[in-house]
Amino acid sequence: MRETAAERLSRRVVLTLLAGFVLVPLYVMVSSALKPLQDVQGAFTWWPRRPTGQAFVDMWSTVPLGRYLLNSLLVASVAAIFSVSVAIFAAYAVSRYRFRGRQVFSVTVLSTQMFPGILFLLPLFLIYVNLGNATGIALYASRTGLIITYLTFSLPFSIWMLVGYFDSIPRGLDEAAQVDGAGPLRTLFQVVLPAAVPGVVAVTVYAFMTAWGEVLFASVLTNEDSRTLAVGLQGYSTQFNVYWNQVMAASLVVSVPVVAGFLALQRYFVAGLTAGAVK
Amino acid sequence: MTTTTSPPAADRAAGTGRPTRPAARRPRRSLLPYLLLAPAVVLELAIHVVPMLVGAWMSLLELTQFHIRDWSGAPFVGLDNYRVVFDLDSAAGAELLRSFRVTVVYTVLSVGLSWVLGTTAAVLLQRPFRGRAVLRALFLTPYALPVYTAVITWTFLFQRDTGLVNHVLVDQLGLVDEPPFWLIGDNSFVALLIVSIWRTWPFAFLCVMAGLQNIPDELYEAAAMDGAGFWRRLRSVTLPMLRPVNLVLLLVLFLWTFNDFNTPYVLFGGSAPAEADLISLHIYRSSFQTWDFGTGSAMSVVLLLFLLLVTAGYLLLTNRRRNDA
Repeated sequence: MRETAAERLSRRVVLTLLAGFVLVPLYVMVSSALKPLQDVQGAFTWWPRRPTGQAFVDMWSTVPLGRYLLNSLLVASVAAIFSVSVAIFAAYAVSRYRFRGRQVFSVTVLSTQMFPGILFLLPLFLIYVNLGNATGIALYASRTGLIITYLTFSLPFSIWMLVGYFDSIPRGLDEAAQVDGAGPLRTLFQVVLPAAVPGVVAVTVYAFMTAWGEVLFASVLTNEDSRTLAVGLQGYSTQFNVYWNQVMAASLVVSVPVVAGFLALQRYFVAGLTAGAVK
Repeated sequence: MTTTTSPPAADRAAGTGRPTRPAARRPRRSLLPYLLLAPAVVLELAIHVVPMLVGAWMSLLELTQFHIRDWSGAPFVGLDNYRVVFDLDSAAGAELLRSFRVTVVYTVLSVGLSWVLGTTAAVLLQRPFRGRAVLRALFLTPYALPVYTAVITWTFLFQRDTGLVNHVLVDQLGLVDEPPFWLIGDNSFVALLIVSIWRTWPFAFLCVMAGLQNIPDELYEAAAMDGAGFWRRLRSVTLPMLRPVNLVLLLVLFLWTFNDFNTPYVLFGGSAPAEADLISLHIYRSSFQTWDFGTGSAMSVVLLLFLLLVTAGYLLLTNRRRNDA
């Protein structure tokens, strides 16, 4: 099954074009972050003629980027940890038990992933506001409200992927543990989870990414104090000025960690998707 | 008939270890699975199911700015909100229909092109060559990037006087004399589509790549021995084997793209031009600008019903074809 010369050539041409399409915005993000403000306000240049790191310094004072970053970090990490914990128990039940309602649960949970966010944004907003007025539990404009909301966003996919992972772990291991007298929970923690570490890590990163990148709910459910990066980054465009070099610098800083994390774990995502799709 | 097939059947059962199935797989009346599921169920109910029911109820109320703070006092108006939504002579109805049309065209083009790009890239990266791992990581990057940083970068690229797109078109290629506007007017739809494809195709690539790993090499070897070239192998081996993955992938992409809010919201900075006013953003803006949550909820319910209808039709159609085969 050798490749013909024509096939090789067309493969290279197509892949080069695709790579160019992906690379250009990424390149512009990096190169513009290194330009002084005048250079991003004038005609576009491919190369930063007077490269400077000033944007990476200024971006912290133009908007309260530090606060947004802290809010995003808090919200995304706490949401990810809770989401994965909840998903582990649910996936263990679905993978290891046959019970009434199992099918209904799987289908319902997955289908909520598909509903338009706008559908429950308006009611959720009103529920949070009214709950706050009635009981004093501040979910609107608070990080707690955002955490609870986000952790349900990554839940369906996390459960689905973990079920795939748990299913691929031989049940013989469970049996051996049970013969040794381990209960269901000890079996989960001492046998199943250790064997599913890559899956759990991949799902954690996914849950973190979901919360880190969410825009719609963040734009409605936060105020200045609880604002996350998704909304905060828009602060660089004021009525009079857009600090494009600082926007690009800030974008770069908040993107690199998640992109690196995802790329490092990409093969576990592929494995998880494969395991889930086989069922 | 039964007597002749019983020995292999017994063998199969033994082969899968059915006689020694662990106790955990036997259905038994236990509370444990329900306890394990409880947190997930409670959260899904609280954040998805209950708000959706509340939303359906809200669509029957006159929920304007006077009643937002205490919406228990909002008057019940039945289907009045729906009448406004479907009244094409009213401004609200006409705008909703236009937004719906834009969204349909946007979804078809974005999903179709993203799928083609993703499948192409996955097939071309199927066999090992030098640089494959680098390309794979590069292609996945737009998917891993937070939406807002990706889209904000595109906003910069599409600036009329300072952006890369016009610099290339006008100064470097000389294709047009006057730099066009990209983020207002007719071009805004093209801009939105390009950004959407840039962000969406890597996910198609990821899924197809995962699907390709399940195709055994022997199939390709057999096809090659029969003298099948690249296109023949693609048509007779790759695409049929990818069918299960594609069925799910296309549905997921359709739903995500149809509900897309982030791309137009960030690209146009809050309010999209009419040519690129996707339905989620449209509902969002008309709800929060006029503080008329009743009509907004009615629009959301109609949107949900439409999506359910399309999904059900799609599942019926694809299932029937599978049964025919």
